[in-house]
Amino acid sequence: METKKAIISVKNLVKKYDDFVAVQGLSFEVYEHEIFGLLGPNGAGKTTTLEIIETLRDKTSGEIIVNGFSVDKQPQDIKQIIGVQLQAAGYYPNLNLIELIELFAGLYGASIKPMEMLEKVNLQDKAKAKYKALSGGQKQRFSIATTLINQPKIIFLDEPTTGLDPQARRNLWDLIIEIRNAGTTVVITTHYMDEAEQLCDRVAFVERGQIIALDTPDNLIDKLVSSGFERKKEVKKANLEDVFINLTGQEWRE
Amino acid sequence: MQKDIHDRNSNSPSGAGGYSNLIATLALAKASFRSIMRSPSAVVFTLAFPLIFILVFGFLGGGGTRIDVGVTPGADVNNPVMGMLEKTGMIRLVKDKSKAEFDKLLEKGNVDAMIDVHRKVNSAAYSVNVVYTSASRDKGGILKSVLNNIFYDKTLKPTVAEIKESTITGREYKTIDFILPGQLGFSLLSTGVFGTAFVFLSLRQTLVIKRFFATPVKRSSIVIGEGIARIGFALIGALFIILIGHFFFGFTLVHGALTVVNMLILATLGVIVFMGFGFIISGIAKNESMVPPISNIVTLPQFLLSGTFFSIEAFPSWLQPISRALPLTYLNDAMRKVAFEGLGLWDVKFQIMILLLWGIGIYAVAVKVFKWE
Repeated sequence: METKKAIISVKNLVKKYDDFVAVQGLSFEVYEHEIFGLLGPNGAGKTTTLEIIETLRDKTSGEIIVNGFSVDKQPQDIKQIIGVQLQAAGYYPNLNLIELIELFAGLYGASIKPMEMLEKVNLQDKAKAKYKALSGGQKQRFSIATTLINQPKIIFLDEPTTGLDPQARRNLWDLIIEIRNAGTTVVITTHYMDEAEQLCDRVAFVERGQIIALDTPDNLIDKLVSSGFERKKEVKKANLEDVFINLTGQEWRE
Repeated sequence: MQKDIHDRNSNSPSGAGGYSNLIATLALAKASFRSIMRSPSAVVFTLAFPLIFILVFGFLGGGGTRIDVGVTPGADVNNPVMGMLEKTGMIRLVKDKSKAEFDKLLEKGNVDAMIDVHRKVNSAAYSVNVVYTSASRDKGGILKSVLNNIFYDKTLKPTVAEIKESTITGREYKTIDFILPGQLGFSLLSTGVFGTAFVFLSLRQTLVIKRFFATPVKRSSIVIGEGIARIGFALIGALFIILIGHFFFGFTLVHGALTVVNMLILATLGVIVFMGFGFIISGIAKNESMVPPISNIVTLPQFLLSGTFFSIEAFPSWLQPISRALPLTYLNDAMRKVAFEGLGLWDVKFQIMILLLWGIGIYAVAVKVFKWE
């Protein structure tokens, strides 16, 4: 974390719908090679913010620069260097995973070997399966594979672990860390604080379209503790999830 | 649509590193084509339905309409008129029944007409007496035309016949020649309308299109890629129907392969126009269950009124203007003229022009109501 070079910079982002302000004056930076978490309750404006950065939605005002490209002027250049996983997005019907990867390769103009992409997310055994036939964790892994096709500098993951069982969740964390270690910046949204704590280098808390805190998980916790906060229950050395994993095993269930 | 295509995605057409819209379009066309080929409903609507109708009609008439004509007891059977009638293959002469029996059959329409031929006294000519029945008016009409046809045939001269009705074109017109172009038109209509409406609605609802927008692909590539796949599929279907019709049911292709090519060009035009309906429906339907009813509003009237099964001349005169307003009428008309009369595309320019006008109108609406998200 020594080189803190901003790859995404968002300044005074505002998004108004007819009678509702979804995002009111957001400003933050995402550094290169970090896992950046956007946290907050449903309807706080996380997905809207992501989709504006991804060039999928128009903003009302503000300035966004992604890898030196302006969202207003160079959306095509931005699309070339980002990978996007949408919340609850489907895939083209009736195609198997290999064919879907081929389709995305064509859409990105990338020449890749579909099987290698599937190997990256450990889905090579499912190459001939349809997306619909995959389990929750496999679906998310496949979605992540499609974000890697154009060898992006940044990938955006919108609630990738929602609805997954503990094994699949941990398995996805490993995958995300692997991707970051390979040099890709990761922007992620989640509702799970344990996930953010384990995974994210820095997190921003979004509430009613505004950022109310932004720091490393450690610093945020230390700040709270130093303000005199104490947990009601004595912290044990393990939690119930550790028990679950310990009893049911670490291996994937798919 | 066009406006939208340009407002967001046109800034850097080639993007960084030489992005190819062509490759993206073809990748989409390939994916879409694979998907269509695996979609049971597409295959059923485009191929199975039309083929079933063709089979039914093909076997029903044994390749043509059949008219039962009773021979009045005591009539001269060994004359050239009778011979010619039998040779047409359309007319079955019913003999060896009494007058009373024939009267009953006529009344019920089991016999479509009675014929009585006598050599005129002191003449080489024959007198032909035909009695039609109101129980079978349509077949009576056909018989009338057939008789006309025969009496104008040179081989029968110097036969004299007192016929006042006009003549029909003297080519053997089989049921398949009428049914196949109609079924082909209907196949193109349902592929264009249902297929396009379902695909774009479901791609929009399942956020597939949104995910596409996160890639550098242009909106025009998405529409054109889908279009290529849909047209390709429709043409394969059309070719299949034409070939089965030709080789198994004797469908007339006046100029052989050239006629087939002309028909496929017309089919392409037709499916492009009909896809416009699909774009409109995908825009106004709120969910997938709304697609079939709205699509049926578009396809059913054309199925029934555009001369798919019956010539629109058979409709009451107040209905004919409606028939003549529908695009499928002109596609069917052009197909029949090209296939059966052997006309070239330039000869059906009027029909093509009407289709193009429909196309312009439909796409003008489609641009307004089509939704990407």
